[in-house]
Amino acid sequence: MNKNKTENTLLKRDKWKYGVIIPVLTVVIFLIIWELMVRVGVIPQRYLPKPSELGNVFIDKLSNPRPEDSTLPSNILSSLQVSLSGFLVAVVLGIPLGWFIGWYKGINRFVRPIFEIIRPIPPIAWIPLTILLLGIGFRAKVFIIFFSAFVPCVINSYTGIKLTNITLINVAKTCGASYFQILTKVGIPSSLPMVFAGIRIALGASWASLVAAEMLAADSGLGFMIMMGRQFTRPDLIVLGMVVIGLIGALFAFILSKLEKKMVRWRSIK
Amino acid sequence: MSVENRQVKLKIENINKTYQVKKSYFTAVKNVSLEVYKNEFLVILGPGLCGKTVLLNMIAGIEQPTNGKVYLDGEKIRGTHKSIGMVFQKLGLLPWKTVMENTEIGPKLAGVKKSERQKKAKNFLDMVGLTGFEKSYPHQLSGGMKQRVGIARAYTNNPDILILDEPFGQLDAQTRYSMQDEILRIWQMQKKTIIFVTNNIEEAIYLGDRIILLGKCPAEIKKIYDISLSRPRNVMDSGFLELRKMISSNMDLAV
Repeated sequence: MNKNKTENTLLKRDKWKYGVIIPVLTVVIFLIIWELMVRVGVIPQRYLPKPSELGNVFIDKLSNPRPEDSTLPSNILSSLQVSLSGFLVAVVLGIPLGWFIGWYKGINRFVRPIFEIIRPIPPIAWIPLTILLLGIGFRAKVFIIFFSAFVPCVINSYTGIKLTNITLINVAKTCGASYFQILTKVGIPSSLPMVFAGIRIALGASWASLVAAEMLAADSGLGFMIMMGRQFTRPDLIVLGMVVIGLIGALFAFILSKLEKKMVRWRSIK
Repeated sequence: MSVENRQVKLKIENINKTYQVKKSYFTAVKNVSLEVYKNEFLVILGPGLCGKTVLLNMIAGIEQPTNGKVYLDGEKIRGTHKSIGMVFQKLGLLPWKTVMENTEIGPKLAGVKKSERQKKAKNFLDMVGLTGFEKSYPHQLSGGMKQRVGIARAYTNNPDILILDEPFGQLDAQTRYSMQDEILRIWQMQKKTIIFVTNNIEEAIYLGDRIILLGKCPAEIKKIYDISLSRPRNVMDSGFLELRKMISSNMDLAV
């Protein structure tokens, strides 16, 4: 009992040490070096803002819509809307598609060649055609994001289901399962770790291609803010946009990894 | 089992399996014919990699024979059959399901009501000595316990014939001995036809009513032994040792 208690406090201390103190420390050190580099003049202040300034810009931008006519929160909101919509459509269509291609040979034969050709086309290459087809509105941006997130979803769920343990399939067969039942009871659950990895890659990709999508001409959004920062020669706005994109991306990854641990707990313990 | 009480349960007729590997052919099972009697404990003994698993998979209907037929109670069968259950060498427990959920999977797939199928599964979990582990996950169990779940699962499907494919091959020696007694106890409690596959001569003599000795690949029947030693058998018994010597001299070594 007593031993357990000490083990627990040790564990907690480790968590505190490695999960909070060290990460915070590395970020702070990074910021200090950056601040010093700009102050000393290694990098001219005209091109790169100091982190301390960035804080002020951040607070100012929370409520100030100038120069690009949109406050930071509304930029974040509009970017989130675009990238999450594209991401969700990609997950909903891509993951089942990967399962079916991986499970049914017939579907594989027909769909796979088309997918293999579409797969290497970079999302940015879709932009011109998208403008012609869908214009430059919300739908067009979602479409671009969709393509960047769709591919990892399909590939990972395809691979995940292909890796299903043959013994488990045989067990289900001898227990009287139909081919479709084996898919839902054995194939899909055992593909989940791979699927989750795919979702994580897809979320990262959809957030990363945001700036490209917002280059399409937008009237708000973080990518838009960065572009405007360039036009008005406001490096502080550019860097603020980049930092916010980075922070939100990291937050996404964190939330997903927590969710993943919950959903496929059997995998992490094994 | 006395010879006159024998009643053919399963009949395998001239079964073959040939795989095509690129442009060459590979024969894993060649012209195997055998009869399995009702409620007997049949052991198929053969060296490693001799096509035993392929033979079993064909009996269980997981793989289709290249040619040859399988008859169950005189009727030709093809594909998996609800009267034939299987316990796998590689365990095959679903890691995301509890012991109970793993055990009840057969009736669940067949659409049996939850209370009913759990009662059945509980009954067999008790029989294999896993009372109290219903809510555990496979990774929390030892090797022997996992194999017990596999046995309970096969029994819950209520098959007439139970195929065990080197079920104790991955267990340590100590656990292996106790599981051998365990499977005999279960078989004597709930009489079923058992086809038990092993590469271990001692295990074969300890368990079987009959032993079918296979040659090395492709699997062919070399000899069939009737084991008339009374149970429980003693591995140091002179009759036991004699059999052991005789079978050893006839058994091919694995490549």
